[in-house]
Amino acid sequence: MNAQAPALRDPRLNAPEPFTPRDGGFFQRDRAIHPPAYAPGYKSSVLRSPRQPLLSLESSVSEITGPAFGHNDLGPLDNDLIRNYAKDGDPVGERIIVHGRVLDETGRGVPNTLVEFWQANAGGRYRHRKDTYLAPIDPNFGGCGRALTDDTGYYYFRTVKPGPYPWRNFVNSWRPAHIHFSVFGSGFAQRLITQMYFEGDPLIPVCPILTTIPDKGALDRLVAPLDLNASTPFDSLAYRFDIVLRGQRSTYFENRPEGN
Amino acid sequence: MPQPLNYLKETVSQTAGPYVHIGLIPAMAGFDIFEKNFSNVLVTPNTKGERITLEGRVIDGSGTVLRDVLLEIWQANAAGRYNHPADRSAGALDEDFRGWGRAGSDFESGLVTFETIKPGAIVDRAGRKCAPHVNIWIVARGINIGLNTRLYFSDEEAANAADPVLNLVEPPVRRNTLIATRSERAGKAVYSFAINLQGPDETVFFDV
Repeated sequence: MNAQAPALRDPRLNAPEPFTPRDGGFFQRDRAIHPPAYAPGYKSSVLRSPRQPLLSLESSVSEITGPAFGHNDLGPLDNDLIRNYAKDGDPVGERIIVHGRVLDETGRGVPNTLVEFWQANAGGRYRHRKDTYLAPIDPNFGGCGRALTDDTGYYYFRTVKPGPYPWRNFVNSWRPAHIHFSVFGSGFAQRLITQMYFEGDPLIPVCPILTTIPDKGALDRLVAPLDLNASTPFDSLAYRFDIVLRGQRSTYFENRPEGN
Repeated sequence: MPQPLNYLKETVSQTAGPYVHIGLIPAMAGFDIFEKNFSNVLVTPNTKGERITLEGRVIDGSGTVLRDVLLEIWQANAAGRYNHPADRSAGALDEDFRGWGRAGSDFESGLVTFETIKPGAIVDRAGRKCAPHVNIWIVARGINIGLNTRLYFSDEEAANAADPVLNLVEPPVRRNTLIATRSERAGKAVYSFAINLQGPDETVFFDV
């Protein structure tokens, strides 16, 4: 026996799983970890939250299907917020890279899916006709971008770190620095909007929007860690943010509920 | 302790906030940034089917119209076929129809409009015929997790009466909250709808 010979290994451990689309129903959403519609600590939710129970639907063809997007929908600078609105220079702020994978609950990368993101500038001001915060607009920063995941579900973009800002909820409410994310997945029932926060931000535990999340682990998973290994030396720090969409069964169960 | 299952957990939702337009409809936020933009117009001149306008409002628990809400719609084409491989029904695909659009409500009137085609009846995966409908997803400031509902059409009474999803809605009077009313304007069909987030006419929302 040659001690130098490599041990037999399951070759699948080295090979990425080929992505075969599934088209069964989605896993039931665990609403116990999501913020409830009615969350009085976030005052805007009080008048905007349905009070009747949601009607639970097994995934039908209307939910399993959803829109597809391609590179034709995007422009070459769409994932570079440092350049995509620059007029006479780079925007002010800490240069960062945000990267990660869009996965489903079974751990598979979600390929070719559209990820959109938007944020305030380094001073905490949004480029929006309705934002009147006293911090200045940055003439070189739009604050939005988008990317398609690759065939492993990976995405990345470059931006400046957004600043925290005050908002009208309690008299002294501040949003922690955050980036909004919109993600599609393969079926319309996977549609998700969320927010990414930054490791170490002391505003996270006192944010009235974040504290609507009833599950500590779920809240922690919205916080992106600093990822020094992915930083660009003498240029940009990096943060890692993976997003998990609902998992999907491989087999469609043609149930006919009673009465139908 | 049993073996762990090792499923990942879904990333939880957060409100889209008042400035959702920046990321999803930047022209509404007040600036021009992308070469290509998504919109509330789902049709091209070559799309097959009857042109319709969907026109509605989203109303909060005080009866006030939301003026900062964003809706997306997803629908089948005129032949009742979704532009997606998981739809294995027999209807023909229409390469000029993606079937998806998004719209922000007007900052003054709160009106939300889509220019689209009337979808055909759908055959679901269990072989059941479903009334024509449009799937809607709603996000805004104050909405912690996107709301899913549907629009059916007032001139499809027989199909609506047999629809397997509408028939799940109890009490039956609540089915009316999902039906858009047809009228004609300048020779074109307009379907009007109201989405009530609360109150006696609260719209039916789905956990899909």
